[in-house]
Amino acid sequence: MHEHFEHKADIGIRGTGNTLNQAFEKCAIALTQIIADTNTIQPKKSHIIELTGTDNGALLVSFLNELLFIKDKKKMFYSKFRVKLGKETIVDEKGNVKEMVTLKATCFGEKINRNKHALRTDPKAATYSELFAGEKNGTFIAQCVVDV
Amino acid sequence: MVIMQIKQLSKFVYELQKEGEMKLAPRIYADEEIISVLKSEQTNPNNSLKQLQNLSTLPGLKGTVCLADVHLGYGAPIGTTTVSDLKEGVITFASTGYDINCGVHSLIVPLIAKEIQGKKKELAEQLFKDIPAGVGIGGKLKLNKTEMDDLLEKGAAYVIKQGFGNKKDLQMMEENGKIKGVKASCVSDKAKERAGDQVGTLGSGNHYCEVQEIEKIFDDKAAKAFGLKEDGTFVSIHCGSRALGHQIGTEYLPILDSAVKKYNITIPERDLVCAPIESEEGQNYFSAIKAGSNAAFANRYVIGVLVKRAFEKVFEINEKEVKTFYDIGHNTAKLEKHLIDGKKRSVLVQRKGSTRGFGPGNVEVPKQYRKVGQPVIVGGSMGTNSFILKGTKKAMQDTFGSTIHGAGRSMSRTQALGQYTGEQIVQELAKKGIIIKARSLKGLPEEAPSAYKNILSVVEIMHQAGISTKVAKLKPVICVKG
Repeated sequence: MHEHFEHKADIGIRGTGNTLNQAFEKCAIALTQIIADTNTIQPKKSHIIELTGTDNGALLVSFLNELLFIKDKKKMFYSKFRVKLGKETIVDEKGNVKEMVTLKATCFGEKINRNKHALRTDPKAATYSELFAGEKNGTFIAQCVVDV
Repeated sequence: MVIMQIKQLSKFVYELQKEGEMKLAPRIYADEEIISVLKSEQTNPNNSLKQLQNLSTLPGLKGTVCLADVHLGYGAPIGTTTVSDLKEGVITFASTGYDINCGVHSLIVPLIAKEIQGKKKELAEQLFKDIPAGVGIGGKLKLNKTEMDDLLEKGAAYVIKQGFGNKKDLQMMEENGKIKGVKASCVSDKAKERAGDQVGTLGSGNHYCEVQEIEKIFDDKAAKAFGLKEDGTFVSIHCGSRALGHQIGTEYLPILDSAVKKYNITIPERDLVCAPIESEEGQNYFSAIKAGSNAAFANRYVIGVLVKRAFEKVFEINEKEVKTFYDIGHNTAKLEKHLIDGKKRSVLVQRKGSTRGFGPGNVEVPKQYRKVGQPVIVGGSMGTNSFILKGTKKAMQDTFGSTIHGAGRSMSRTQALGQYTGEQIVQELAKKGIIIKARSLKGLPEEAPSAYKNILSVVEIMHQAGISTKVAKLKPVICVKG
């Protein structure tokens, strides 16, 4: 499920699912819902995003902000997502071994067309406010506040 | 639920009591109603007072002021100014945010209200046509990486060289339209690429270009110095650094997140990520903020010129007859000199939804305004008044030269969406003689007048407290939105 939650100045976005992958997918839909009605966006073209983060929360924010980057750079937005989360071990420049989390997302959508899409508002970016990406009471949740 | 203690110091000045890890007791400018709302919000664990308390725990803090337009932000409440020691303090993401140097650029038009009314529809159409606004809309300038570097370093002066406006206007902008000391390399190529077609674009949400009637003058002396007359015409353009600011924030968020761990900084919430001002991360972020600030100055200046040209087309006046009044930012990070522990010294001042309002005599204020104080443009919502205030000596003493930026929200966006449709708002405001031209009607309800506090009260609090006093009241006539 994807939804928006209350915030006085901005908008909270939340995705829930049976897996964290699903929760990320739904959260991305909730982000796109700020920009336009996702029912008007056809999954015509696909784009792959690959990212690494220190933890799932940071990864969620990076993922959402990458979608907003593509919106501005390629004038594209997406209504359907397939997310695969993973882990990798890296060695940093100081020789420290670090466990990182990874994301590979295939995003399906089309070019922004104001004559076709019910456009709403242009969000600025996802924040670390009310950030959560994990499991709570048997449900996987991915959420944060988006600066609008 | 922990109830925070607030002490009243005078009619409109309160103090959040210092407790726990707080470094100081922040001052709050408010009336009883605002305090009551702030207290009642505490049923939600994420509330403005909690954010103010969290902000006040940051190391090296020398002052925190919360203004009357306060409302919930991310990390820091909107409507706050924080002042930090350069050696011991931190530069905080939440205290500048994503929309770096969001602010207001304003113009004085040599036409009276009756003349505007005569061609109101035509002017609204022309502005709507000429100002790029809304999702996915690019501007007239398309800059490559080298040109972006130039823009980030030179600010408004760069776009003037490209044929927009006149360099005389620079003195009528905060920082003369350019903050010095930018290292363009602190901004990534990706950010420059993202923002390359956004110079001179309005954006959406609470950004707008508004034609206003100068409805009432409160302070004749200041109005004379500012060149304002009752019945005159004013324009306010509210927007910021657009996607450049967003991308800078996106890239520095994880850097500051790592810096917190690297420098062992204790923060109560993750959304207060920061770095020591003196650190490499802190200095790079500060330089990136300056770059973003310069992009915002340039952005607003270009829109200002597009507005001047629109007036030229509709009213057959010369573009040069429309004067740049002033340009101010309200999401900023700057080095300023203030009185700290009895001595004047350089500190980092971060304002989030808070405007600089320097008092008379200050050299930062343009010469023709210097005797009366810096103009402060406070935007209302669509359909309500805006105000022109002036900074005061009291502000320099009590609020580090800071004041409000707008009315402040009183209703969440989801609540507002449930109350009205965009069409209803346009019709209601049309009955009041206000033309709204919006690229998206769907987003309009979020910005409905009733979603904001009463601006008359908010302005009155700062006026009565002597922080920024009223010069003129403006009435909206046309509002263009994304």
